[in-house]
Amino acid sequence: MSGADNVVWLGTPAFPEAARTALADTRLRANLRRATGTIRDKRLAVAAELDDWEELRDTAAAVKRRTLRHLDHHLLRLEETVTAAGGTVHWAADAAEANAIVTRLVKATGESEVVKVKSMATQEIGLNEALAEAGIRAYETDLAELIVQLAEDRPSHILVPAIHRGRSEIREIFRREMGEWGRPAPEDLTDEPRDLAEAARLHLREKFLRAKVAVSGANFAAADTGTVVVVESEGNGRMCLTLPETLITVMGIEKVLPSFADLDVFLQLLPRSSTGERMNPYTSLWTGVTEGDGPQNFHLVLLDNGRTATLADEVGRQALSCIRCSACLNVCPVYERTGGHAYGSVYPGPIGAVLTPQLVGVKNAASLPFASTLCGACYDACPVKINIPEVLVHLRAEAVEAKRRDRLLPTTEALVMKAAGAVLGSPRRLAAVQRLAALGARLVARDGRIGALPGPVARWSGTRDTPAPARESLRAWWRRTRTPTSEDARTTAEGKVRR
Amino acid sequence: MRIALFITCFNDTMFPRTGRAVTELLERLGHTVEFPQAQTCCGQMHFNTGYRPETLPMVRRFAEVFAGYDAVVAPSGSCAGMVRDHHRVVAAQYGDDSLAAAVEQVVPTVYELSELLVDVLGVTDVGACFPHRVTYHPTCHSLRMLRVGDRPLKLLRAVKGIDLVELPAAESCCGFGGTFALKNADVSNAMLADKMRHVLDTGAEYLCAGDNSCLTHIGGGLSRLRTGVGTMHLAEILASTEGDVR
Repeated sequence: MSGADNVVWLGTPAFPEAARTALADTRLRANLRRATGTIRDKRLAVAAELDDWEELRDTAAAVKRRTLRHLDHHLLRLEETVTAAGGTVHWAADAAEANAIVTRLVKATGESEVVKVKSMATQEIGLNEALAEAGIRAYETDLAELIVQLAEDRPSHILVPAIHRGRSEIREIFRREMGEWGRPAPEDLTDEPRDLAEAARLHLREKFLRAKVAVSGANFAAADTGTVVVVESEGNGRMCLTLPETLITVMGIEKVLPSFADLDVFLQLLPRSSTGERMNPYTSLWTGVTEGDGPQNFHLVLLDNGRTATLADEVGRQALSCIRCSACLNVCPVYERTGGHAYGSVYPGPIGAVLTPQLVGVKNAASLPFASTLCGACYDACPVKINIPEVLVHLRAEAVEAKRRDRLLPTTEALVMKAAGAVLGSPRRLAAVQRLAALGARLVARDGRIGALPGPVARWSGTRDTPAPARESLRAWWRRTRTPTSEDARTTAEGKVRR
Repeated sequence: MRIALFITCFNDTMFPRTGRAVTELLERLGHTVEFPQAQTCCGQMHFNTGYRPETLPMVRRFAEVFAGYDAVVAPSGSCAGMVRDHHRVVAAQYGDDSLAAAVEQVVPTVYELSELLVDVLGVTDVGACFPHRVTYHPTCHSLRMLRVGDRPLKLLRAVKGIDLVELPAAESCCGFGGTFALKNADVSNAMLADKMRHVLDTGAEYLCAGDNSCLTHIGGGLSRLRTGVGTMHLAEILASTEGDVR
């Protein structure tokens, strides 16, 4: 599997079909509803504690937007400061290049296994698979990520990758798979969270103490000091970032912040938005290398992989402000019912629906911008104020345009839209269609309601009655009952405005 | 005040009674209502489905037809939202300077019904009477695009005889979403099922909202299940008086 195939999982059907499969899984829906509901409530409660929450959001949005406008400058500055602190910076244009760099770096250490801190960037490029091809085993150490890896599953949520799994499933996975990877799960493992966590802890401790190389992502990097930041909840990240001799961090280029002081804002917003905590349990910051303390070799791989292309889109680029908190997933009514797999990408939910098509080209994820009702809950929840509905409709237009360019004949939808446009472009034609609709409705409606219908609206009419069009439209009623005003005369039914 | 009624193409065709209710209500409050016959559609369906250039004639028509009124009222949060949030975008992308200027002129005069009543006309008690158990669904576009807040509830609370009950998980989307209900019918149905369950939990006789499109979706489901719960646009409840108690 090449890296780009990981942003969009090949073989996943378009969203509507994948969603149908997910919806049929009642256990999945129950797990999702419970998990997203819990995080949602916690987030609201801790956000409400801060009087300046809205100001923080505005500041964060402004910092991110401004940084993106001068991204080249901040990245060069970051390279400078990281290098000065004893680290090495590598630039990767795409997934293949990033994977090749990391593989080469690991091989140079002579090691054949690495421990990993949960990282969206390495998931995006399919690093674990690339390392496996080179004979290097990568061990995920985040609990949820471990569950996904052991089950040979795919993550379903940005922050809680195993959100779709119940604890009895997790017990089964641990019992079945842990022995294959290292210390097996105890014989008498129950599905109590405490027992499950203890089994994972013992299993992982062996890895931490043995590993000479660690791979991480980064939540932020400060350009002025060269400091890289990882926030996490379990301490596994702290282990990986301090114990091994070599640390390789793969970071999307959009994660850079101009200055260390900017962390003030983001470290308040991120934990509250993601886990509903005031502060995450572990915040690790490191600047290059320090003799006798922590990793003695530090490599920072700066990953593009579609990001500069995204940056070129003035409306779409705001998606690069994302700090991967997943607040938008937890409030999205569509995500809540389908889970992440239906999006067919490492980036699911509302942010995935705007980020994925931009990273891989909208043609390659054309159903995702339509996987939303545009209800706007995601925009309200986003700590950096990404206007996700705005980007969604922007990308919908691009998806339609791409189809127009690539096809000899227009789609049925395009023909319907064209016809509708012609009708709605003229009040006279609209009035004529209204008369026809009223007539047709009288033939098929019963008690003013229309039941099952054939054709493209069959899926609608399978579960809902449709009200019949009115016998007399409002415009017809108005003309019949009202004396024409001067205004009616000014704007005639023909639609020409007489001045 | 001289107010133009932007009925929206959907209401015009399917729910003229909502337009009649708005007219009755505003005239009862002493205002002049005009219905420019040249109006058609705000272009929301085309815009939100990705057919953006096709919305240009509708944006142009809207700016021409509704120029010069004290206020333009739409009994639809999503159509008012389309005009307010997106007409500028279309004008800037495909139109010329004169269109952009025309849109700039008209957009600030466009209000959703509850905004017009509370903010512009300064009334919350419109003298309505509706002695029924009612629950209110704040549609997503009213709630999050227009930020109408509790204006509709203020209006409803002042209605004589009404038994207004809170809808659980009121702020969750009903799953309509325009063409979403066709393109992603299964997800839409799953969302609808939850919304209907919440409506039924209230024991209300009527579900009220400021958008007939959402009501068509939810009401269509309630009707198919023969729940007996009716749907009613906010305007129709506000237009009801003691004379027409049902």
